[in-house]
Amino acid sequence: MSDTAPITAPSDAIAIRARGVEVGFGSRLILRGLDLDVMRGEVLGFVGGSGTGKSVLTRAILGLVKKSAGQIQLFGQDLDALPPRERQEVERRCGVLFQQGALFSGLTVLQNVQVPMREYLNLSQGLMDELARLKIAMVGLRPDAADKFPSELSGGMIKRAALARALALDPDILFLDEPTSGLDPIGAAEFDELIATLQKTLGLTVFMVTHDLGSLYSICDRIAALADGKVIAAGTVAEMLASEHPWVRSYFHGKRAAQMTPP
Amino acid sequence: MDPSFATEPSSGGLKLRLKGRWTIDAPGLEAQANALLTIAANQHSLILDLSALTAMDTAGAWLIDRATNAAAKTGDEAKIEGATSAQEILLQEARYRSFEKAEPQRGSALVALLTTVGRGVAGIVDDLHAGVIFLGQIVNALLQIARKPSRLRMTSVVFHLDSFGLRALPIITLINFLVGCIVAQQGVFQLQRFGAATFAVDLIGILVLRELAVLLTSIMVAGRSGSAITAEIGAMKMREEIDALRVMGLDPVEVLVVPRFLALLIALPLLTFVADMAAIFGGLVVGWAYGGISPATFIARLQNAIALNTFLVGLIKAPFMAGVIALISAVEGFSVQGSAESLGNRVTASVVKAIFMVIVIDGLFAMFFATIKY
Repeated sequence: MSDTAPITAPSDAIAIRARGVEVGFGSRLILRGLDLDVMRGEVLGFVGGSGTGKSVLTRAILGLVKKSAGQIQLFGQDLDALPPRERQEVERRCGVLFQQGALFSGLTVLQNVQVPMREYLNLSQGLMDELARLKIAMVGLRPDAADKFPSELSGGMIKRAALARALALDPDILFLDEPTSGLDPIGAAEFDELIATLQKTLGLTVFMVTHDLGSLYSICDRIAALADGKVIAAGTVAEMLASEHPWVRSYFHGKRAAQMTPP
Repeated sequence: MDPSFATEPSSGGLKLRLKGRWTIDAPGLEAQANALLTIAANQHSLILDLSALTAMDTAGAWLIDRATNAAAKTGDEAKIEGATSAQEILLQEARYRSFEKAEPQRGSALVALLTTVGRGVAGIVDDLHAGVIFLGQIVNALLQIARKPSRLRMTSVVFHLDSFGLRALPIITLINFLVGCIVAQQGVFQLQRFGAATFAVDLIGILVLRELAVLLTSIMVAGRSGSAITAEIGAMKMREEIDALRVMGLDPVEVLVVPRFLALLIALPLLTFVADMAAIFGGLVVGWAYGGISPATFIARLQNAIALNTFLVGLIKAPFMAGVIALISAVEGFSVQGSAESLGNRVTASVVKAIFMVIVIDGLFAMFFATIKY
């Protein structure tokens, strides 16, 4: 359960700490006093029904939507309280994969991946080209995709290209909004594997909104479930499977889940 | 700590000890990596010792692997020592691979210039072609609607009538009032020298009713509503909404273009009438305040100067202007491609072409009316 989240853990072991977060649009409150901790170096899968505010929480953490109450800390720092320069420093450590990819439509994939490099780093064009092509190869895109425009790519390729851009600066924390939706099962498995490898080798923290039970079972260290604007359950796959909460039960013991075997 | 490396001779060849953070944001990473590459490329056997590395990311791993790769190419041995298992995986994952660079195609400047000019000319022909096809589609859709009037989307027509007509009223009234004032001021000022200041009324009446009001209104509508039509249809095209309409068996021209076309066709003559009145009122105000022509004199002179045909010449042009604006903005909207840039280009092209065509049509009408002495 959410209140069993280890609040006692040292603060530098926590990548994201959210306390009492409230976000609403008009009179409708989406998040009602949400508490969440994401440990450093873990892959947290975030589940919840459609429209429960999973994406809203991601956007709130990134400071894209205003919260009406509560506090969110990234690496122990409250983004709202930071001066712009330091805020940018923290934001630079975040890589974000938006649900629709959000690639810049006027730039090629290669240029898209180079945007954060160009903004923040002082690298030669040659090295940037090669590093961007490396990222593009790592996410499993064919080399000729680099010079294509987003409108020429398929949905799955857009996801991969957007991941390459999210990884451009080797971020400390990666936000993934439904990363495997729109990918074929083979592609989704490769995607999961890449995330797992990066997490193991780079100590990447991953915050992943997903409905893909395959991803949840195979790479998530912990899973948090969102309902009624709060985290109703959080824990390992085994703990989630044992949860008594009716929504969590129907999620992990439903027909779809029954066809999958947890590890 | 910044990335660096130190050379140490060892039994197996040259040993390079890497230190510090080999990460993409570390200052001086590129210079160090290039220095490493130079040494590695000239060395026959090389050992890279990673035990003193404090951090390595994919960029660092790639650069280190690039060096070992270069060494392996020249010599027979290139080893990595002291890497943790995580670093080994990373070195494998972000291993060096060469990327063929696509050579930019370079032709002669003359050929490029001629190509551009040729494309431009062909583009005009294509535009004309697309415009005619589109006009045909609109007429076809209108005929379908005429046969079955229930297919007309009345709500949509009224909605667009509101946004193209009613909401344009304040700005159209204002600019025409101001232009009426300016014409009156210049008329009075220039004609005073001949003692013919009252003839300014003739000038205002004829110029405004025949040409200025309809021209200014059309240009304003092309900029205001034409751009909106292109942007709306273009955004729908980008988000595959047009395709969605098509697969549902709905004709995008009938659903999207006809209501806007009809709304403009109704709105522009109405706006032109308001523009006529606003400009003449502006002339009356300035004529009175600046030229000392009393409103009664102004009205009396105006009645002498103009006839119904003066007014009609202006008004007849309005629906043609509306048609051309709607046609161009819809064609441009449908030719939007996937990128945001293309949307911007199309909206610009739509406004520029619409204003250009409005002026061309006005010129053609001027010649036509002069010929038939209307």
